Amino acid sequence: MTSYNTLTIEQLAPLVASRRVSSAELVEACLAEIDRRDPELNAFITVTGDSARRDAAKRDEELAGGHGRGALHGIPMSIKDLIDVAGQPTTAASRVRSGHIASADAPLVTALKRAGAVIIGKCNLHEFAYGTTSDDSAFGPVRNPHDPTRSPGGSSGGSAAAVATGMCMASIGTDTGGSIRIPAAACGTVGLKPTYGEVPCEGVVPLSQTLDHVGPLARSVADARLIWEVIAVTADAQIETSSHRRLGLPRAYFFETLDEEIRARFDEVVARLQGSGLVIDEVSIPHARDISPVYDHIVCTEAAAYHAPMLDARPHDYTERVRERLEVARYVLAEDYARALKGREVLRHEVAEVLDERDALILPTLPIQAPPIGATTVQVGAGRQAVRSMLLRMTQLFNLTGHPAITIPIGVTSDRLPVGLQIVGHRGATRRLLATAALIEATLQT
Amino acid sequence: MNVDEWLERAIRDAEQRGLGHIRPLLEALARQTRALRAADWNDPTVPGDGRSEPAPDSRARGAGTDGQ
Repeated sequence: MTSYNTLTIEQLAPLVASRRVSSAELVEACLAEIDRRDPELNAFITVTGDSARRDAAKRDEELAGGHGRGALHGIPMSIKDLIDVAGQPTTAASRVRSGHIASADAPLVTALKRAGAVIIGKCNLHEFAYGTTSDDSAFGPVRNPHDPTRSPGGSSGGSAAAVATGMCMASIGTDTGGSIRIPAAACGTVGLKPTYGEVPCEGVVPLSQTLDHVGPLARSVADARLIWEVIAVTADAQIETSSHRRLGLPRAYFFETLDEEIRARFDEVVARLQGSGLVIDEVSIPHARDISPVYDHIVCTEAAAYHAPMLDARPHDYTERVRERLEVARYVLAEDYARALKGREVLRHEVAEVLDERDALILPTLPIQAPPIGATTVQVGAGRQAVRSMLLRMTQLFNLTGHPAITIPIGVTSDRLPVGLQIVGHRGATRRLLATAALIEATLQT
Repeated sequence: MNVDEWLERAIRDAEQRGLGHIRPLLEALARQTRALRAADWNDPTVPGDGRSEPAPDSRARGAGTDGQ
């Protein structure tokens, strides 16, 4: 039974559609894996086993009656517990949300159900998605399935751990500075942040409204694409194939603080891609050193605006570190927020410029391996670096600019910890990014 | 208000609110704010949208307060 847990949706969907495998069997396989792995990994806050079994039975009845709903028919999926699923609590991994029950599905959940997906549970996360490690949660830390002493990344850490272990076939996460791509890379899965605005954030607890994105974590680029096509409301119709076969590599700034094993793995990938005929040339983002200050002033201001009433009413219901950072965020001045918005436009233009005449940019998704749970600093080369700054370093730019970005696994370090490759596409051309990512994925698998 | 003045007032206010322990995070934010204000796009005398190479003083960076 557990063999289903390692298959992709692309492989499973035809088996379900032809009734060689039932949705009920898939749900049982996932629930068995949850029973086996989740007591240690803590990836789920809520497991909706009973409703999943009922929904799977309905999906199987529909197929018996000749009615298939679509690409995700009968496929068990999980949802980050920041997103509303009707009748279930949306905890945001916080005591602040205690007692909340969602009255309706978020529109993206409605779309998933309409396409046949079966929701098997709600995944643990960094409280209110305000962190990159998934260790600050009212429900306890999520653990990395490759080494439970380490973080799975965050904030969608539960989603990534669940997909990596087969506790579900795919998951939906959110990404404000890298919260889909960081855990996907740390756990060895695919994670897609679509173009800003393509997937509606209605029914999703906000962190930073101009930076928030929603997208899938999955086992392959094809699976990410299947899900994106279901949940995107403004999916672009641009050309699907890689037209230039040219990629840009922004080494300056991004490669200055980089774990040597990750650098070596990345350089191997670059050599293989060049050997396959892809042209890879170095590019530069002139204001790359301003990414972090621009990002901080936007995310702080917007997060503080949402959280201010709750910080005043029930401050002690936050985990300590998240509360401290939200309180600091309240001190950002309006004039500095305005400066950051101007900086974002500069960076957006610079990313668009380096993408001109290229299919995509490539860079490591993370500059470090998954850090130990609770670590605040990590050794990189000769110096100690802040874990959170390191985890955001490669990803946050593309939340500022809204460009679509995907991470795919490219192997492991000597500690058997996954390494991710980030591929960044043109705004409004997520479909083209997925085509480029599929090409790279296939090249690296041959 | 310059960053030093802002930081002094923020620390004083945080202490009055019983949040004196967030001082290191406020200092980290101050470093980020200095970097933000040093960026060349803030200079109204720079033509265009500031897409030229950043000024050297905008390259000194402290630890971020981070987000996710």
